[in-house]
Amino acid sequence: MTENLKRTELYQWHLDHGGRMVPFAGYEMPVQYPTGPVFEHEVTRNAAGLFDIDHMGQLEVRGPDAEAFVNHIVTYDITQMKLLDAHYALFCYADGGCVDDLFVYKLPDLQAGGQRAYYFLAINAANREKDVAWVKNHAGGFDVEVKDISEETYMLAFQGPKAPEIINRLTKSDLNQVARFTAVQDVILGEVPVLLGRTGYTGEDGFELFLPASQAIRAWEAILKAGEAEGVKPIGLAARDSLRFEACMPLYGHEISATISPVEAGLNFAVSYNKEFIGRDALLKQKLEKPPRSLVGFEMVERGVAREHYPVRFQGQEVGWVTSGMFSPTTKKYLGMALIPRELAARDTELEIVIREKPVKAKVVKKPFYVPAYRR
Amino acid sequence: MNMDPNARYTPTHEWVRQEDDVFVYGMTDHAQESMSDIVFIELPEVGSKFKKGDSIGTVESVKAASDLYSPLDGEVIAVNEALVDAPEVINSDPYGAGWIAKFNIAGAVGWDDLLSADKYAELIGE
Repeated sequence: MTENLKRTELYQWHLDHGGRMVPFAGYEMPVQYPTGPVFEHEVTRNAAGLFDIDHMGQLEVRGPDAEAFVNHIVTYDITQMKLLDAHYALFCYADGGCVDDLFVYKLPDLQAGGQRAYYFLAINAANREKDVAWVKNHAGGFDVEVKDISEETYMLAFQGPKAPEIINRLTKSDLNQVARFTAVQDVILGEVPVLLGRTGYTGEDGFELFLPASQAIRAWEAILKAGEAEGVKPIGLAARDSLRFEACMPLYGHEISATISPVEAGLNFAVSYNKEFIGRDALLKQKLEKPPRSLVGFEMVERGVAREHYPVRFQGQEVGWVTSGMFSPTTKKYLGMALIPRELAARDTELEIVIREKPVKAKVVKKPFYVPAYRR
Repeated sequence: MNMDPNARYTPTHEWVRQEDDVFVYGMTDHAQESMSDIVFIELPEVGSKFKKGDSIGTVESVKAASDLYSPLDGEVIAVNEALVDAPEVINSDPYGAGWIAKFNIAGAVGWDDLLSADKYAELIGE
């Protein structure tokens, strides 16, 4: 690697276990292990997989105005959240474009005597610097402290139908009792103190773990050992992408961006129009007028692999582009998502994906391609 | 890295083997290993005539697409249709069941210009 890439605490572990390291968001991360991306995808769906996602960022917002401030900068109405709830939300620009998507955790501020909440924000690796600057730039007039705790916080994900029973072997508390989209603080995992959220980006049950960076290797090895009998494996970034893709979860820079709004991307569930927030007016206008573009799912009808940026045609005319596309290991189909005119978004609309200059037939299909376990 | 000692090789990581009256063609173990899981293949059309170096098809892995190049001047007389539904066979058996195409020996040019197994091994650093 010639660039100045950062390495996580698990870098050497990944290398020692055959991890194929690639640059991602300024870090060297494993794109796969010798098991390969298809196997890693399947083991996550069938048993459980462990993901090093330390490149992701974490922010803390504390202070008397923490709730008012966070409510101002995220699309979701966090005043509706109970303590220990976690919810998906977005940061938007005034014109409705996305700064980032994130998870908001509402946690008791033990530093302030536990009387009020503080907010723990899990943000994308690629947007970390941008997000921190954007959040801090909007804090004027709010009595809050915004801290970037990404360096000292390690993030792991443990995902799969068997993840809860396996992780339970490492804790005294019954983590199966933790409801989806809630968190639990100070869980001792093996001997490591962890903030756990029953959240994830794979469409499976499981947890995301936040722990001190110095404890990363310990926690990682403890989880792999606990799940040995079930065949738990470390999972690389390639499988992470195919897992979220099948569940039609957006990836910043693909389904959402500064020029693709949450309304266009079908993320109204994360937008609370009944409160003020940055971008609200623009998004409400889009919602009421119906946006000109819509994010659809599609399936290849003729043989081919659609990939991001490939042009999409309708009756010979270029009308949009593929935001994400790949072979779907669980459905065994060649699928994709695309941003196209809203009038063409009906199921079964015939499209063509231009693959290496040749138009290949596809059709609009329902999303998600794989219904998340916790939605069935 | 596995090699087929009976085959000759291209610098683009393909192998060619003579079998009776055909040249059998496929991707090397080195190539399948670096691509990782192959999820799609676009095979050449039977009856197509190619010049050495022509793009004759594509293999796609989870993350990327890679061209297949004609190793010789020749005519494709058979393709491995089984790979359409099971492209991953290229990963598990690149020199056997993972063969991609067969060229007619009659009229083919370029066998002698292909790399020997030793030369290919040198190329991939073994």
